[in-house]
This record gives sequence, C-alpha cells and structure tokens, in this order.
Amino acid sequence: MSSLLTRRRLLTLAAPAVLLGCDTLGRAPRFHDMVLKTGEWLSYRSQRLLGSESLAREFDPSQMSPEFRTNGSVSGGSPAYKALLQNGFADWSLPVTGLVNRPLTLTLADLRARPARTQITRHDCVEGWSAIGKWTGAPLGAILKDAGVMPAARYVVFQCYDTLGFSPYYESIDLVDAFHPQTLLAYDMNDAPLTEGHGAPVRLRVERQLGYKQAKFIKAIDVVDNLAGIGMGKGGYWEDQGDYDWYAGI
Amino acid sequence: MTDEAQQSGTPGPGDLVRRHRLSTRLWHWVNAGVMVILLGSGLTIFNAHPRLYWGQYGADPDPAWLQIGATETDGVLILGERQFVTTGVLGKSTRADGKEANLAFPSWATIPTNYNLGLARRWHLTFAWAFAGITVLYGLWSLVNRHFWHDLVPERGELAPGHILRDIADHARLRFPRGLAALRYNILQKGAYLSVLVILIPGMILTGMTMSPGFDAMFPWLLDLFGGRQTARSLHFLFAFGLVLFFLIHMAMVLLAGPFNEVRSMITGKFRLPRERS
Repeated sequence: MSSLLTRRRLLTLAAPAVLLGCDTLGRAPRFHDMVLKTGEWLSYRSQRLLGSESLAREFDPSQMSPEFRTNGSVSGGSPAYKALLQNGFADWSLPVTGLVNRPLTLTLADLRARPARTQITRHDCVEGWSAIGKWTGAPLGAILKDAGVMPAARYVVFQCYDTLGFSPYYESIDLVDAFHPQTLLAYDMNDAPLTEGHGAPVRLRVERQLGYKQAKFIKAIDVVDNLAGIGMGKGGYWEDQGDYDWYAGI
Repeated sequence: MTDEAQQSGTPGPGDLVRRHRLSTRLWHWVNAGVMVILLGSGLTIFNAHPRLYWGQYGADPDPAWLQIGATETDGVLILGERQFVTTGVLGKSTRADGKEANLAFPSWATIPTNYNLGLARRWHLTFAWAFAGITVLYGLWSLVNRHFWHDLVPERGELAPGHILRDIADHARLRFPRGLAALRYNILQKGAYLSVLVILIPGMILTGMTMSPGFDAMFPWLLDLFGGRQTARSLHFLFAFGLVLFFLIHMAMVLLAGPFNEVRSMITGKFRLPRERS
C-alpha cells in the first residue's frame, strides 16, 4: 500500500515536473534552435524533396465558404494607404527590385492586363481554422521571369502597408514557391476586387503554406539572397515576433 | 526459482520469466514521453482556435460541433446545442501566476504553460516527426519479428462471442489471468493494443498530415480519405482523447494487475508468473 501511495505521489509530482521541464527547455536558446527547429527543417526538406511541384487542391464553387472571415490586419493603416484606397488604387504601383536584371514597376492596371489565373483554394490559418475562397491574380513566377531573377537570388520578400504592433508587415518565400504555378499576386477575391479587410489592392497567395505567409496590402517586392537584413532576420513579421516557422507548409 | 526454470522446462507459478522484447520496452517508454509532449503542445495549439468543425472548411462564421469558450463569469463547453459549465478546467481557469485566464484547456495541462502558439507548434511538429519515425520503425520491426502476428492478432477461437464475453466478465470481476496464461495477451488486451497501434496512432499521424497544406498538395488522397481538413482536425482531437482514454484504462489495469511486476516487465523484460488461484 505504501508503495502505491509513493507512486501516486510521484505521478502528481511528475506531471508538473514534465511541463516545467518543457518550459525551461523551450526557453533555452540551444535546445530551441538545435532540437525544436528540427520539425520545421524536416517538413521543409521533405516537402521540397518529394513535392516541390505538387499542386494544392482546387475546389468546386459549391465547396466555398459562405463567409470568408478576415484576420490579422484588416486595414492598410497609414494615411498614405488611405489616400491610395480612396483613389481606387489608381496611384498604387508595385516595385519589383533587388537581385533582378530588369527592375519593374507595375500599376494595378498592369497587373490586371497580365495573363491571369483563377483558383478556388483553401486558406489555412496557423490557429487551425480554414476558409475556401476564389482568387484571381497574376502568377508571380511570370512577373519574376520578366524581371529576370539573378542566379544568386534565393528568396522573394514582400513589404506591406499594414502595421502590426509597431512594425510594418513583411513576409518571404523561397523561389520554389515563388515560381509555383498557383502562387499569385491576387487582386480579386470571390469575383470582386479585394476588399480592404482582405488586403487590397493586392495580396499574396502561396497556397501550400499557412495564412500568415499570405502577405496582404503589398507595397514592394524585393528579390534577395538571404533574409538577414529583413526585419529581425527570420524572414517575416510573425517569424520575428512570435517564433512562427518561416516554412509554414505544415 | 528464477529464469533457470525456464530453460529446464515449463516455467511454473512464481518463476521470473521473459515477457517483453527489448524493442517493445524501448518503444513503449520513448513513445510514452513523446506522447506527453504531443498532448501538452497539442492542447496549446487547440487553445488558439477552440472550435471543431466537419468538412473541408470551418472558421468562426461556420457552425462548430464542439466549442470551448467563456462568458463573463464562466468557462463553457458547447457540444452541438448543449452547454456545460466547466469553470476552473475548460474555458476559464487559473494560470500558474494565479491570474484567471480564458483558455480552452488550462495552462497546467499545456506545453508551454504560458500560451505561445509558435513555440507549441515547434514542440508539436518536431515531436510529431519523432512519433511518426518510431511508429514506422516499431511497426515494421513488429512485422519482421512476428510480434504483431504472434502476440497481437487474435487467434480464431478468441474471437468467438462466448470467449470475448467471458473475458469481459473476468475483467469486470478483476479476475486476471494467472500462471502461464498471464504471459499471453488476453483478447481484450489484444483489442486495446491493436486499436491503438492500427487505428489511433496511424490515425493521429494521418489526420495530422491532412492539416498540413503542403502534405495535402503532395498527397491529395488524404483529403478524400478523411473528407476534408476540418474533419481531419476534429478526428485528430477525437483520436487524441481516444489515446488519453486508453492511457487511463492502461494505468488502472497496471495498478490492478500488480504495478511492481507489470512495470518491471516493461523495464527489464522479466515478469513473475502469478500463482494460480487456489
């Protein structure tokens, strides 16, 4: 009987000990970087190795969410953005710069004049919810081809108008996703121009990753060879602020 | 008498005999640790959006079949049309720092104990890879060393309704197998272990993969197998609580069957045969 009691006492002590142990380990930088980042590395490497060309499921119009909720920034924020919005984004233009042979500046009319792609896909939030919507936009790969990406290029960085906390939003993806046929600079959602809540005038669709990668209110595109100079160096707002995975394919 | 008896002939009651293979013992304990981490970090991830849906999509505007939330005063669990007050545990609970928090699962059950979705995902997805790895290794090895066929798959007579009912009646009266019969898994054990190994654990891994937009693109059949990402998310949650239920019954059985002997057999592999009832 006494052994049973000690064992039970051991169990009641063991459970909090495990949790507190995990808290301590999670705060230890070496454990965090050497152990807890392994999952992201394995997901990234395995999905690139075995499925870099695979397409995200495209759905039937009957499978679309009746209401597609907004999330994150629902406004572009700054007075400069408000001025663009009021003018129907006639004055908006998108510079494509960095490691490209021919830097571009695209107006919304330029984007709409390009060959377009429409896809009904599922948007997965890191929190766990999903919504299915219809997106129309210009494939990013064709734009990058026009700009002529240099051999040293590794990542495409998106600077945004919206501000979360004290910092403007930013995100980045690798060239596999940048040139993926379903990766769009989307200007229409559910057959109407993108609303402010969903990131007008243009947001990124990178369909094999989670919602926080789908940068809204895009202001500029920069092609780079590393992410060290972007924000705090981890490649995105939430990656820097919230320890989110840079590769959000899972 | 010790295990020499085994070599000299049939072991008798009171003898210490070999029971669990090294591969089973190793997998058992590594798996136990990994599952604790997966459960704790999984509860944190659930707390980010404590609503469950059926189908391909599901978000706040859509009907949830399960929801954990809070009113001004109470924590509530909402199952379909029914609402249960769960203050103190679900929806509203006290954090380690003594403050009241509107968390679906309480901070004392989550990894990390202070809500941090990014860090919880790192724990969860790193250990999910480890979990998938040891599951595949142990599964293959159990086929190779015939553990699966020899110890787990029921023999023909064991599936007879009469045999199963008798085993249920024996368990209900806490009459556990004695003597040599204690070395073999009985039919209820086989059923429990097989449902964990064949349904719950592969189910956890596959529904987990179905929640990944990247794996859905690579293996679109996952979406058809489960009927959508949100159904997969609901099943992931239900399978997880299936494993929690298994754990609770498993603990009760170990305690009732003799914890010292049972735990020893899972550590050293040696088991003392219980004496026959007189």
